[in-house]
Amino acid sequence: MPEPILSIRKLTKRYGDKVIFHDLDLDVNEGDTIVIIGPSGTGKSTLLRCINLLTRSESGQIWFGGKEITAKGTNEDHVRQQIGMVFQNFLLFNHLSALENVKLGLIKVKHLSKAAAEAKAMEELERVGLADWAGHYPGQLSGGQQQRVAIARALAMDPQIMLFDEPTSALDPELIGEVLEVMRSLALEGMTMMVVTHEMGFAREVADRIVFMEKGSIVEEGSPNEMFNRPKFERTREFLWKITELYGKKDHGEE
Amino acid sequence: MAFFKLCFCGQKYGLLVLPVIRQELKGENLDFLTLLKYIAEGTAYTLGVTAIALPSGLLIGILLAFLYVYGGKGIARVMNVYSTIMRGVPPLVLLFLLYFVVSKGINLSGFWAGSISLGIVSSAYQMEIIRGALLSVGNDQLMAARAIGMSRKQAVLNIVLPQALRLAIPPWSNEAAIIIKDSSLVYALGVPEILRRAQLIGASTQQPLLAYMSAALIYFVLVTVTNRLLNMLEKKLTVPSNH
Repeated sequence: MPEPILSIRKLTKRYGDKVIFHDLDLDVNEGDTIVIIGPSGTGKSTLLRCINLLTRSESGQIWFGGKEITAKGTNEDHVRQQIGMVFQNFLLFNHLSALENVKLGLIKVKHLSKAAAEAKAMEELERVGLADWAGHYPGQLSGGQQQRVAIARALAMDPQIMLFDEPTSALDPELIGEVLEVMRSLALEGMTMMVVTHEMGFAREVADRIVFMEKGSIVEEGSPNEMFNRPKFERTREFLWKITELYGKKDHGEE
Repeated sequence: MAFFKLCFCGQKYGLLVLPVIRQELKGENLDFLTLLKYIAEGTAYTLGVTAIALPSGLLIGILLAFLYVYGGKGIARVMNVYSTIMRGVPPLVLLFLLYFVVSKGINLSGFWAGSISLGIVSSAYQMEIIRGALLSVGNDQLMAARAIGMSRKQAVLNIVLPQALRLAIPPWSNEAAIIIKDSSLVYALGVPEILRRAQLIGASTQQPLLAYMSAALIYFVLVTVTNRLLNMLEKKLTVPSNH
């Protein structure tokens, strides 16, 4: 067994008295795509935010690339540079063009020259199929395009892992396909990914492992085949059946 | 400046003792244009006071707004007290207070003391404008910037501030108009700006109506032009959008 790139041990997060999740254990191997599913309010998004230290966990440890990033004195900015994050509502920088959105981190964080940053940013926009839209502002792009720019912005930092927090939940149905397509090709290229989503077509096809979370703990995890065809728990079967009924019948006209 | 020196001789007008008027203008029945021209010569002072008070108020305002929004609860409370006091007292009263405090320490002319004092008064209002703008840009933009590894400072300066300043232009344009108009308050410190000159010539020619009308006209033009310019700036800086 290779050393996992990300290990979560006994991680607990509370807001006041409310326990979001507790004693969570999870390993992510390099190159794997992990899809996290579960009812809303079970702490899936919070888990992602804890991993890139946007939210502080109360106890437990997160190991990333062999280092404990929950340890005191960790350089948070440095950790976040290596962990890409894509948000449900895109969160592009509204006053910057698509190209500038991707470029800014390269200049400010990676200290690339302007020319080098521009070249790298264009490369990333090409990768998500938006080279022709480089000069457009977020307000001039569709939701699907905005989310692809957001993915390009995260990729530009050359992260070792990408976190997707319900990347298609805020999109019109006809725009979901283009974003999933980008994510699918990323997974094929061997990017390590953790994806919180309700897109069961994507999960079935792309995930190496599906993790089912409910009420702050991991109920069950396994390969798509195990989870869809012979889950250990009745609750998993029930949830998967429901969510497939709701979202996953067709993969939004992709196939 | 000895020409306009204040003298406290306990007369009816207290501080507002009239300096000597140029001999040739005294007592004559002047036509409107000559009168306007005489008063308009004070425009340089009015613009000077505004050009010092407004940017210095903005600089202090931005700094205090940062402290207010990002400085934690304790500092926010201090800022709130500052803002409440500054906005709760008439600017003229503050002007006198600051003038006498400031000029105790350093020997400043009425022009400089007045301009700086007005800038300090304005900083409280401008702090509130910038604070509101920072808050309406929201924490999500900050979070997105931090997610790609920017430090808090980088995120605020590169992502939040540019958007906040755009949002602040319309209310700031209001404040600019207020400062141009409030610059007339420094007349009480003996600065020969528009209002003071209008008062002087109005009294000496016994044409107060014409004199104050001229002053009103000049202020009106200054404020309108400034608002138009800021309006153009706002349009120019608007981020393109289809929605």
